[in-house]
Amino acid sequence: MRTIHELTDAYRRGETTPSEATDAYLSRIAKLDDKVGAYLTVTADRAHAAARAADERYRRGRPLGPLDGAPITLKDVFCTRGVRTTCASKILESFVPPYDATVVDRLAKAGAVMLGKSNMDEFAMGSSTEHSALRVTRNPWDLTRVPGGSSGGPAAAVAAGLAAGGLGTDTGGSIRQPAAFCGVVGLKPTYGRVSRYGLVAFASSLDHPGPFGLDVTDTARLLGAIAGHDPMDATSIDAPVPDYTAGLEQGVRGLRLGVPDEYFTKGMDAEVEAAVRVAIDVLKGLGATLERVSLPATPHALATYYVIAPAEASSNLARYDGVKYGLRVPGRDLIDMESKTRAAGFGAEVKRRIMLGTYVLSAGYYDAYYGQAQKVRTLVRRDFDAAFARVDLIVAPTTPNVAFRHGEKADPIAMYLNDVFTIPADMSGVPGVSVPCGFTASGLPIGLQLIGRALDEATVLRAARAYERATDWHTRRPELA
Amino acid sequence: MTAGKWDVVIGLEVHAQLTTRTKMFCGCPTTFGAPPNTQTCPVCQGMPGTLPVVNRRAIEYGVRTALAFDCRVNHACRFARKHYYYPDMPKNFQISQYEEPLAEEGWLEIDRPDGHARRIGIQRLHLEEDVGKLVHEGTLETAQASLVDFNRAGVPLMETVSKPEIRSPEEAAAYLRAFRAVLVYLGVCDGNMEEGSLRCDANVSLKPAGAARLGTKVEIKNMNSFRNVQRALEFEVKRQTEALDRGERIVQETRLWDADRGYTRSMRSKEFAHDYRYFPEPDLVPLKLDAAWIDEIRRVLPELPRARRQRFVAAYGLPAYDAALLTQSRALAEYYEAAVRDFPQPKLVSNWVMSELLRELPGDDERAIEQATVTPSRLAGLLRLIDDGTISGKIAKTVFETMVRTGEEAAAIVRREGLTQVADAGALAAMVASAIAGNPKAVEDYRKGKTAAAKAFVGQVMKASGGKANPAMVSKLVEAELEKLTKT
Amino acid sequence: MISRDDVAHVARLARLALTDAELERMREQLNAILAHIDALRAVDTTGVEPTSHAVPQFNVMRDDEPRPCFPPEDMLANAPDRAGDFFRVPRIIEE
Ligand SMILES: [Mg+2]
Ligand SMILES: [Zn+2]
Repeated sequence: MRTIHELTDAYRRGETTPSEATDAYLSRIAKLDDKVGAYLTVTADRAHAAARAADERYRRGRPLGPLDGAPITLKDVFCTRGVRTTCASKILESFVPPYDATVVDRLAKAGAVMLGKSNMDEFAMGSSTEHSALRVTRNPWDLTRVPGGSSGGPAAAVAAGLAAGGLGTDTGGSIRQPAAFCGVVGLKPTYGRVSRYGLVAFASSLDHPGPFGLDVTDTARLLGAIAGHDPMDATSIDAPVPDYTAGLEQGVRGLRLGVPDEYFTKGMDAEVEAAVRVAIDVLKGLGATLERVSLPATPHALATYYVIAPAEASSNLARYDGVKYGLRVPGRDLIDMESKTRAAGFGAEVKRRIMLGTYVLSAGYYDAYYGQAQKVRTLVRRDFDAAFARVDLIVAPTTPNVAFRHGEKADPIAMYLNDVFTIPADMSGVPGVSVPCGFTASGLPIGLQLIGRALDEATVLRAARAYERATDWHTRRPELA
Repeated sequence: MTAGKWDVVIGLEVHAQLTTRTKMFCGCPTTFGAPPNTQTCPVCQGMPGTLPVVNRRAIEYGVRTALAFDCRVNHACRFARKHYYYPDMPKNFQISQYEEPLAEEGWLEIDRPDGHARRIGIQRLHLEEDVGKLVHEGTLETAQASLVDFNRAGVPLMETVSKPEIRSPEEAAAYLRAFRAVLVYLGVCDGNMEEGSLRCDANVSLKPAGAARLGTKVEIKNMNSFRNVQRALEFEVKRQTEALDRGERIVQETRLWDADRGYTRSMRSKEFAHDYRYFPEPDLVPLKLDAAWIDEIRRVLPELPRARRQRFVAAYGLPAYDAALLTQSRALAEYYEAAVRDFPQPKLVSNWVMSELLRELPGDDERAIEQATVTPSRLAGLLRLIDDGTISGKIAKTVFETMVRTGEEAAAIVRREGLTQVADAGALAAMVASAIAGNPKAVEDYRKGKTAAAKAFVGQVMKASGGKANPAMVSKLVEAELEKLTKT
Repeated sequence: MISRDDVAHVARLARLALTDAELERMREQLNAILAHIDALRAVDTTGVEPTSHAVPQFNVMRDDEPRPCFPPEDMLANAPDRAGDFFRVPRIIEE
């Protein structure tokens, strides 16, 4: 199982070709994905064609760049022209978009080879991928456990060697949490750094597309390919994209790291806390200075999230009505058809959030819920502003616990609590990464989270790389016979 | 208007389609009448993952209109989502403006039947996207299915809400006419009501004469011509008056105007009130309209109907009546001015435009006037032929009719049909002499002092010449000849 | 606390056909979630501006330049029901 940079180096040296690598991944998917369940759609023919084109470029000594020929997987939330895009929902099970998401287009132009579309919680609502209406995805480290979510498919695929890299989305932690659960690197960029065009919306003001990699270098390469202004997304930031790989090896000497009190809570897993504390010491040993910081609005972030995200989701998902695309359940009239279609097409968690979101926006409740949540969101943002006036990065655990068993968190609120450490960065739009920082005694990965200033992904990646270079957690691979 | 003991209170809500090249939030064209679903893309069809991006020109047009109505342009404004389910609305929410509209607090001046002008307040002006079009298989009531065409979905609309300051159906029609003229002058809307470029809803209520508190209002929809606005409101005022006179209470509801049957009827029960669940559109960022841009738009504002009307009186010496008629549409006013440039006799041009041109074309149909076969320079050419005596005014009218049909220059028609005026004194004298010789009785009358007999001779000569004789010369010759006869 | 009627009203607004049992379960779960969310109402936000976007931006607009439309065949390819190049929907009965 090689990283993207190892693979492309091998292509360059002529040791292997994109086609050989693609074949290897496709046969591994054929052999192992019954166990893992990462994929919803495998696009073998397209992959072969894209790989052959990459072969040709390497043969001529003119690869497109650092991702040319890299076999990757896309969370099934990104629209792909001519390839069904389901959001792991019955309502979109047969939907074939006539357009590509901007990130899909950018990866294709960078020469990446799409192996297929990977599983997720339906419409990205969840933290375990158990809310997929189409497939169960298992954690490659322990098949009885969840891969995290909502981007559980791409995280599990990368961890299991069923793709060399992947793209996911993070709305409340949906890249970083599954990265932590699956022992891979996952980065949530600054809001607006990566275009959302063609990403099926969950919560528009919180949705962040971002990469998964086996290591920080791969993650930086993927980010470099997808980042940058997109005129099709009015919220995308028009700012130059630095070369994220350029300063990766510069280390952390002189960086000031903030350790937030609020991210080490009573209920958290002792093994997680211990591993993260050790990791922070490693960074200190590498020359970073540590400082205690406080992010006092953190306890309110979860509630804020559970107003804003469902409200926006209830609106974004109103379009699935059986009129233009997707499922239609017949009814005696239009309203009956629409109501039955939506009842049959959405799973329980999606319906719950649509109901919650509709309720908090409805007449008489707006100010108390949505209006108030947006104000508390300002407080959460201010916490980060204040912290980043003193420190360059915030270091914290990615999650309060490790991967749990399928069905273990049946109570919605217990599931929501999984995201307490990841939600604040989504609310504030600042970039964050999760890197492997250890294993529990039972062999489950633990994630270290590094959060940076808006648009400062370079520093986040640089510190993550420094940590990674000093440790070997990222080199461990699950056994999947 | 006071309907007996009741005061009428009307507020109008006008949706105007902007003449941008592309839709409000995507690059699809806005052309009217294209085959179904050929002017769409994933964005305006609300497909998953697609995002809106604001059309700068739509904002500019909104600001332009707001300035023309003397509105306060809000430097900070934003879009919001308005939610309700309807199959012609692809996302099941409309991107509109709610708490922070583009502009507020302006006014529009209307002319009342008594000749006085009156200001009607404008409450707010905002931008939004249009919905698609539904075609029912049969009528809405009996249809088992409906068909959806999204071509119109996403077309930019400007909604302007008047204050409830309109006092009669006539004033409402006058408001709409004045409103339309301003929009067309600004070039932001083509004003075509048949194609739905301008759609009007009204709120109507009655209150006891002189009372301060407004009565229960009824919303009237589906009035899509000036005439229908007035008819519908007249019907509704009468309906409410009769109900109140009978001591009934007015139900707050939405009523549809049925133009064929001439009445408003209640739409189905509204017990399930709309709850639009507005919230700021998260896919768009707020606008901060900077003062420099607004000033720039203000600087290039075109002359508006009222100012142009005043200028027509001042600069061309036209009667107020002519000025009002000629400025009812931008195209007509421009037509007039172009013709006057070529033929600088303002009143003569005005007469011809008002009588001949407007006989052929409706004065408020911009497109028809712009495409008129008799162009301003052709009209000027025709008037020049009258002016230099080549043809008579009478012949000119038939030449004008031919010009409308064939699109030729006046001179070419005159040449081809041999319509040149006979102004040869010798030829005319012979005709006059023969007319007089042929009617000794009339000469006798003239001798006895019946000077009207002279007019009869002129008429005879004109007739004999097939209208081509120069009437002034003929009349002079007749007088001279009769003078001679009476003296002998 | 939201009542059964509230839940039914919201389900109607959201166009979701829920069975009685689903309505009841939804009522319980929504109340449990709202109990957590209600803590927000106690947060002092006097004088705090709302945040609608994490990264503030303004005036993002596009030029009024036409782009090619998509062919109707592409736009209707996913239609559950169509008549010619129209989308077809069951009869409309106003609420
Ligand atoms: Mg409107
Ligand atoms: Zn479009």
